[in-house]
This record gives sequence, structure tokens and C-alpha cells, in this order.
Amino acid sequence: MNVNYIFSLIAVVVLFLLSYVGVEAMGLQVIFGVIIPYAAFIVFIVGFLYRVMGWSRSAVPFRIPTTCGQQKSLPWIKQNKIDNPSSTGGVIIRMALEILAFRSLFRNTRMELNDQKLTYKWEIWLWVFALAFHYSFLVVLVRHMRFFFEPVPLVIKIIELLDGFFRIEFLSPVLKVGLPGIYISGLVLLASVTFLFLRRIVNPQVRYISLAADYFPLFLIMGIAITGIMMRYFTKLDIVAVKELTMGLATLHPTLPEGIGALFYVHLFFVSVLFAYFPFSKLMHLGGIFLSPTRNLANNNRAVRHVNPWNYPVPVHTYEEYEEEFREKMIEAGLPVEKE
Amino acid sequence: MKNLPKSVELLSGIDHKPPKQKGWMDTPVEIRKGMYCYASNPKSVEYLSLPNARPWNPLEDDWKLPENWQQILHDGFKERLERFRSFKIFMDICVRCGACADKCHFFIGTGDPKNMPVLRAELLRSVYRNDFTTAGKILGRLAGGRKMTLDVLKEWWYYLFQCSECRRCSVFCPYGIDTAEITIMGRELLNLLGLNIDWIATPVANCYRTGNHLGIQPHAFKDMLEFFVDDIEEITGIRVEPNFNKKGADILFVTPSGDVFADPGTYNCMGYLILFHFLKEKYGLDVTWSTYASEGGNFGFFTSHETMKRLNSKMYMEAKRLGVKWIIGGECGHMWRVIHQYMDTMNGPADFLEEPVSPITGTRFENAKSTKMIHLVEFTADLIKHGKLDLDPSRNDNLKVTFHDSCNPARGMGLLDEPRYIINNVCNHFYEMPPNTIREQTFCCGSGSGLNAGEDMELRMSGGLPRANAVRHVHEKYGVNMLANICAIDRAAFPDLMKYWVPEVGVTGVHEMVANALILPGEKERTTDLRGEPLPGMEDEADE
Repeated sequence: MNVNYIFSLIAVVVLFLLSYVGVEAMGLQVIFGVIIPYAAFIVFIVGFLYRVMGWSRSAVPFRIPTTCGQQKSLPWIKQNKIDNPSSTGGVIIRMALEILAFRSLFRNTRMELNDQKLTYKWEIWLWVFALAFHYSFLVVLVRHMRFFFEPVPLVIKIIELLDGFFRIEFLSPVLKVGLPGIYISGLVLLASVTFLFLRRIVNPQVRYISLAADYFPLFLIMGIAITGIMMRYFTKLDIVAVKELTMGLATLHPTLPEGIGALFYVHLFFVSVLFAYFPFSKLMHLGGIFLSPTRNLANNNRAVRHVNPWNYPVPVHTYEEYEEEFREKMIEAGLPVEKE
Repeated sequence: MKNLPKSVELLSGIDHKPPKQKGWMDTPVEIRKGMYCYASNPKSVEYLSLPNARPWNPLEDDWKLPENWQQILHDGFKERLERFRSFKIFMDICVRCGACADKCHFFIGTGDPKNMPVLRAELLRSVYRNDFTTAGKILGRLAGGRKMTLDVLKEWWYYLFQCSECRRCSVFCPYGIDTAEITIMGRELLNLLGLNIDWIATPVANCYRTGNHLGIQPHAFKDMLEFFVDDIEEITGIRVEPNFNKKGADILFVTPSGDVFADPGTYNCMGYLILFHFLKEKYGLDVTWSTYASEGGNFGFFTSHETMKRLNSKMYMEAKRLGVKWIIGGECGHMWRVIHQYMDTMNGPADFLEEPVSPITGTRFENAKSTKMIHLVEFTADLIKHGKLDLDPSRNDNLKVTFHDSCNPARGMGLLDEPRYIINNVCNHFYEMPPNTIREQTFCCGSGSGLNAGEDMELRMSGGLPRANAVRHVHEKYGVNMLANICAIDRAAFPDLMKYWVPEVGVTGVHEMVANALILPGEKERTTDLRGEPLPGMEDEADE
């Protein structure tokens, strides 16, 4: 048994009980529906900015890109302008590929040692599921913006439409799936987050390096996806009442309409916890990647001087000191000297 | 060497599965012979006025640390977080996806889970979380934090000197987290406590005093080169005349002192001498060597940023004193990371030098217009492209060559196609190793960043396994018998590595092959190569 993930699982279960019982038994809708969401949102914004500003306060003394292709040198040698950019344009493309397409992760290989031979195979699944995870999360997030706008902007409607493109109709007396249409994003999110979790416990190397802080956000996001899917397809909820609540939050006139089940408050609480947790955790890679000095700098070091803001003079061993020590030997060997 | 396991035993002993029961934080470090380098000699530490010089032994319990060592580390950590955004970001944003885990040659070759780049970084991150993050301060171990204890310190020392700062993991990291950067910071912190290894500390002290890592004094440096001059005369019938410390020369040439000192680097050094002689005779190019700036490499880089700067300063100071136009640097790995990514920033601007323009071809090296230092391989490739060298590649016909991209020129610069262009023009049989083991994905020789000592041979042979395995592949497939490279540490480390894993393969620098192919004006008919071995078709003549 792995203490790290058991602990994180327990933490998420406790969060579930806290919000469920809080709303269902104690009627704390105000806390879970208004106070915590606001607080979480503020913590997220302030915390995120604080972290990014903290990073930008640190200096970038040297230009240290990791070069992943041919440099710009002689005119007849073809430069790899993206993986070894020498201009700002190249850096922008490199960063865009890194951020939008996870370029470096795409290179991933798996090493195997068989019959005294090492082989390296292209390992694409982490890239596939990481990409699926992030993009489905993004679509889910954008889709939920419909709760905070009235009228709903066209962009969001289009995304909804595309997301629900595969309309699976399954109608039976017991289970009615297909009304409303199935959003692919929610299912992909749950599937990919499950993959990322399973990978963590199945792959012995990744299991060894995983901390509680690696499992916690996975369980939390699983919780968010499951409660969301439950509400949409199974337990159903009064969507008009929910929109009234969310619009109240968005317009700073919070109201708590009747008839919203506890599951919704659990969902909202999970999301709030995720937001509040974000700035204090590894999830800050969202902001950090933009500032990563091995990726966001051009490899034009010898052409354009980079200035180190804290460069300070250091003790050096001058030629004069050197000659002073070795002058006689130098003269004897016929080496030129400054002072005979 | 005597305790080194046989290569077959070493290979079959590798297990990449980490222990199931015990977590890494509960597994204390075991400092094992053959896997670490001896502690720094206090005299060397003192010579540079670096802190806490004292005799100490990694195997003893008491490392004779200063009383307030935890405070020193904490303050040093804090200072570096402010000075280096790289360090701060890399401490904060790792998600432990594990993509880097099996990319490290030391992990592949040892199976030691703490050699997974992510875990090497976690050794520092765990302390960072405990000391500097809110979550770590409150939740401690639960948030992945841990206190700095003597055991943790020993673990840092052991594993930070099992990283060769090759940056391969950084290529695969989705956030570009560079373990080299983390190791550099970690070693800097260890140096605050006087915890360097001697294979770094003593070369650094030597270099500061005599101008080169090996401590070769000026007269001896000249002697050694003149010894090569004699050898060259014997082989080619031409007496080359290198300049030393010559004021007003066109170009200052700086190369790692390893090339002056030990085979097969020495043959490469003869290659430089022959090339410069050719260029002087044919085109009047005036190149000078310096005994004061007689080291291209920079083991200061493996000590601290400050030490790196102190050693590197000599290149510009000497170029200024001699009044040369610009500088050419020889074949070396980390030397080029320092020159390319650090020198101009640290010790520039070099406004007393000219923008490098080849007087022979007229090529303007715009990529070096600020630093004013170009790589000899760039220079030679340009000469060949313009047909300025008289080459007879058939003189290298006994060689079946493969090329090892040295880590730093590959991942800290991108010098990939220039050496290949030269090799393809000076020899007829060139074969690439598999794609996942070359160019930006190249594997370290296993001895970089100051780890090429004798006492850590098992570590070096383990770390070099992925490279050797790829060499063995092309050896078996194409009959490759020569491993070319552009790094002095490669030339020092590969002979041992090849002997251990692929004994049929030799090691060469690129300019050794250039010089073998280069026809000097007025030379006698050569019967041997620079090593004194018969040229192809000259087996009988060479014997006489």
C-alpha cells in the first residue's frame, strides 16, 4: 500500500463528506455556495500573481537555452530554427509548440535492457493522455463559462456544440442517455485523469517518485469530473436554479435559490479547493513554463551579449602575477616576457 | 580498477525497478567505493581562498563541517533562488511526470533510482519545500518536505557528483527543467562547506596558477608542443613552428590542456599544429598559442559560477594583452558551453577584439560577432566548404568512423552538422549511431563534469554504458573501429570505456583525422598516420 496516494484519497473523501454533510445536514449553503467560492477565487488570483511575480523578481543571469537542433552558424548549414531558435520569432514558435502541443514530451522514449542490449522506443502514451487531459479540461472550463454569462457568448456556444458533436442517443425505460447530448470533454477528462493515476501506481519508477502532492490533484479532478457527470447524466439537477446561483456570484449579487441538490455543492466545493490549492502546488507549472529559461531564450549567445544584472568583479590571476612567478623559466625556454 | 566488476557482471547486475517497500526518503545513502571521487585536497581549496578548506573523508562519519553548516546552506540556497530564476522555477514546477527518469545515462547504467533526474532534483527540492514553501512548512513530510540533516547532505554530495551535467533530461522535460542547472547550484552550495572532489578542486587550483588544469608550467608547455613538432617532422618531413605568447598575431588559439598531455588527445593536438602550419604557409594566417591561457576547459564551471568566471577571465585578458584580432577555441565539450553561454556575459564585452572574419575565405562569423570566439570546427568546416584545404581522405581509409556528439556542444550550443561535414570530407567511411543516441539526444561519455578520475571507475563505466552500447551496435553492424568526438574529456574517458565495453574501437578527435588527410606543401610521402601506424596500402613501407 502506498501511503502517499491513500492519504490523498482520504483527503478528497473528507472534502466530499465535509461539503455533502455541510449542505445536506447542516444547511451551510451560504458557506459552500458563496463564501468558499469567492475566497477560493481570490486566493487563486492573488496566489497565482504572487508566485509569478516571485519568479520574475529572480534574475536571469545567463542565457541558457537547451538546444535541441542545429545552431545558426555558417550560411550553408541548415539551422533548426524551432528547436534551436536564434531569433524572437523562433522562440515564440518553440514556446507555442511547447505550451500548446507539449513538444518535448512528444519526444519521450522508453528505455529497455534486453539481452545485454539497450533500446529506446518512442513512448507516445504519456503525451497523448497529457494532451487529452489538458485540452479536455480546457474545454470543460470554457463550456462552464456559460454559467457566468447571460446571454451566453457565441464562442462558448460553438465550443459546446462541437464538444457535444457526437450525440449518442440511448433511450430505455431505465436509462436515458443522449438527452442532453454527451459532452466528449467530460468523459475524456475522466478517462485521462484515470490513466495518469494508473500510470503513477503501475509504473514502478513513477510510483517511486510520486508524492502525496501528485495524487491529490488527480483525485480532486476525478471528483470534479465524477460529480459533474453524475449531475448531468444521472441525478439531474435544476439547471435554471444553478444558473441563478452562478450568475449571482458573477454579478456580485449572490443568491441561493431553492432546489439545488447537495451534489452540486460538492462539485462546487471541489472546484473551489482546486482553485485555492493551485498557487501553492505543482499545478503552477501552468505559469512556470512561460518563464523557463531553457526554453524561452534564443540561442544567439555569441552574437548578442546577455547582461547579468548582478555580475560582480571577481579575484583573477593576472598575466603579471603569472609572469612574476615563472619569468626565469620563461626566459630560459625562449618565451617572450613583458619584463626582462 | 582492480575492484571493477567485469563488464558482463556489471550489465547483468542492473535492475531498473526501484524498491517496492521503502520510499526514497527512508533509504539513507550508502557511499560506495568505485562510485565516488576523493575529497578535495585542502591546499587546492585554500589556493583559491574558497571556504572551509580541511582534510576530510567521505567514508568517515564526521565530515568536519563548520558548526553552522545548516545555516550556511539555507542562506546560500536563498541567495541562489534570488539570483537564478532557473533555480527557483525548477524547484517549483516539476510535476514528477517521470519523462526524464530513463533518459539519464547514470540511471540506465546503475539502476540506482536516485540517479533518475527527477529524484536527483527532489533531493534538493525536498529541502527547498521544507525551508521555503508554505505547504512544506506546515505539512512537512506530507508535502514532500524534509529537513536538512547530515544524511541528506551526504546524499546530496554523493548524487550531485553522479551527475555529469549533460542536459539530456532537459531535452525531454515538458518544462525544460535542466538537472545540470540543479546540479550546478547543488555543487555550489556544497562548495560553501568545502565539499568539493579533488578531481575538480586541484585542476581548478592548477589552472588558476599555471593557466591549465594539469599544472603545466610555461616552459614545460612549450616543451610538450615541441615534442609534437618533432613527431610531426618525422611523419611528414615538415617542421611546423608554433608561436607562443606572440604579440600581434592574428588569432589566439585556446584548447583544453588534455590535448597536450595524453593520448589520443595528443594526436589531435598534432592535428591543430599541422592545420595551423598549412594555413600559415599557404595563406599567411598567424596563430599563437598562449601558455598563460593554456586551458580551454573550465573545471571552475563544476565548482561555482564565480570560480568559472575567475578561470575564464584569462582568455579575454590574454587576447587583449597579445593584441590579437579574435579567438579560436579547440575541440572541447564543457569549454564550449562556458564560452558560448557564459563567457561574454561574465567577462565581456570583448570590445577590444574584432568581429571574426576568416581572412582566408572572407566568411563573416556573424554567430560570434559579440563573443568574438569561434569553434575550430566552424572554422575548418568553412575552409573545406571553400576548397581551401588540400585533402586526401583515402589516408583515413583504414578507419570506419562513427561520431559521438559531446553533450555540451550538442545541447548547450547546437554544433551538430559542422563536425559531420568535416568528417565526411576527411574520411570515406562514416556511420551514424542510432537516432536516439546522437545529436541532441546524445549520451554522455559517463565521465563529464569533472568525474573522470580513476577512483570512480565503476561509476564511469556504468554511466558510459548507453554510449558504449550504441557504439557496439555500429561496430557489429558496420565494423566501426573509430569513435570520433570533439571533446577532451571524451578523448580522456573513451579509451577506458571502449576497452571495457567494446575493445575493438579506438578513439580520435576530429582534427587528428583532418591532419591525416591534409597534404602539407612540400611534405614527404607519408607512410604512417599521426599515431605512427601504417597508412592504408603502406603497411610494408611503414615497417622499414
